[in-house]
Amino acid sequence: MTEELRRTPLYDTHVELGGRMVPFSGWEMPIQYDSILLETRLVRFGVGLFDVSHMGRVEVNGPGAGPLLSSVLSISAMALREGSARYNVICDEQGGIIDDGIVYRKGEERFLVIPNAGNRAAVYDWIVKWNIGPEPAEIVDVSDDFAMIACQGPAAEFILEPLTSVDLSQVRPFRYADAKLDGVDTMFARTGYTGEDGFELILPSGSAERIWSLLMDQGAIAAGLGARDVLRMEAGLLLHGSDMSTEVNPYEAALERFVRPNRRRYIAGEALRRIRDEGVNKRMVGFNMVERGIPRHGYAILAESGQIGEVTSGGYSPTLDRSIGMGYVQTDYSTEGSRFKIDIRGRSVEAEVTSLPFYTRRRRSDS
Amino acid sequence: MNPADLRYSKEHEWLRMESDDVGVVGITEFAADSLGDVVFVELPEVGTELAQFEKMGEIESVKAVSDLFTPISGEVIERNEDLVDGPEKVNDSPFHFGWMLRVRISDTSEVDNLLSAEEYDALISAEEA
Repeated sequence: MTEELRRTPLYDTHVELGGRMVPFSGWEMPIQYDSILLETRLVRFGVGLFDVSHMGRVEVNGPGAGPLLSSVLSISAMALREGSARYNVICDEQGGIIDDGIVYRKGEERFLVIPNAGNRAAVYDWIVKWNIGPEPAEIVDVSDDFAMIACQGPAAEFILEPLTSVDLSQVRPFRYADAKLDGVDTMFARTGYTGEDGFELILPSGSAERIWSLLMDQGAIAAGLGARDVLRMEAGLLLHGSDMSTEVNPYEAALERFVRPNRRRYIAGEALRRIRDEGVNKRMVGFNMVERGIPRHGYAILAESGQIGEVTSGGYSPTLDRSIGMGYVQTDYSTEGSRFKIDIRGRSVEAEVTSLPFYTRRRRSDS
Repeated sequence: MNPADLRYSKEHEWLRMESDDVGVVGITEFAADSLGDVVFVELPEVGTELAQFEKMGEIESVKAVSDLFTPISGEVIERNEDLVDGPEKVNDSPFHFGWMLRVRISDTSEVDNLLSAEEYDALISAEEA
């Protein structure tokens, strides 16, 4: 299958910067520019830019938008305040996870949903499928009209501040503001996928290259998918397609705090209530390697009794200087401190369950 | 640039002859760059007998795991223990501080199976194209 890879409005910028371009969910994206470890560190200590334009942007508008989204998302969209954002999952009728992402309430009757790159079509189709209420919503995929740049790191506010009139210090986590960024209409959302402070900027595609270089001039460095993957793992954030799929439900994925299953007219509600009441046989856990070795997606997790689970993400954490992993294990092995072995290409290497996230950033009030 | 005094395998390992029958083995800069940040190197124990072009260990970058192949047959007489806590030496100095094994070579005629620096340069420019 030689399907044409898609390119974001920042493709030429990545190539000019020496980005190593790789296929990712049907897109040609930079995995790294220089060194993944260096890019990871610079996001933890300074500020990095990620092109996340490959993710989707779906607007759901009209009087029926709130009820529609509340019926497909794991939270009540109607309870979301204007200017706010929430993490949630989208489940099918069996409770399987179609995608996860952030929903923003842009107005009384206006919402923005951000599907993962590989799930753009699935999420769009799913929302359209359930748009059967008395007042159908208007569902528009505006992905191609906008670029999305994640500006992440403790210095994110500092470099953005001189370029906008809005007081970014007043934009708290999981809130957003619409304002000009050097004259360009931009949505400044204080969200991200790195475990660090920062903003996700949504702006017209045509301005993406100019804004990207402007931010680099301010001191941001370009960071690729490799660093993004390390950062999100350190922050204990799951990656759809790797750590979850329609084969698992939010209780298995340990995402129940983002699920409100008791709501009426919630499509997945009945299945999720049953799963909640019956309990699950496997659970997502984070683990540290006790012995040397690097866990990777697909490795078996072993106990005396045999295989008890599978690694879904893993790698070396430069911030913590140790190997970390995540995966599903039988529920009796999911408590903190439980030990098991990871089958690292034939070698059984000891690991111990720890609470997620692995890494928590220092808040300003701590320092 | 690939040092002229080394010999190279098509799998991107190098061999530096230290004496008539002792050689040092590592991976090339091209290999290290392609792997990206090296975070773990697993090498055979001292005393292990290696056979030319067979697997001798594993190397992990942030992105992936790859096998390491020995460019020469012989017995492992020393391994670079600095790589245990400093695997990044493979990236920083692939031809020197990032060396991997010191091998007592069992059959020095096998060196002829390896590429010269010039031949290896040609190989990697073909791979890059």
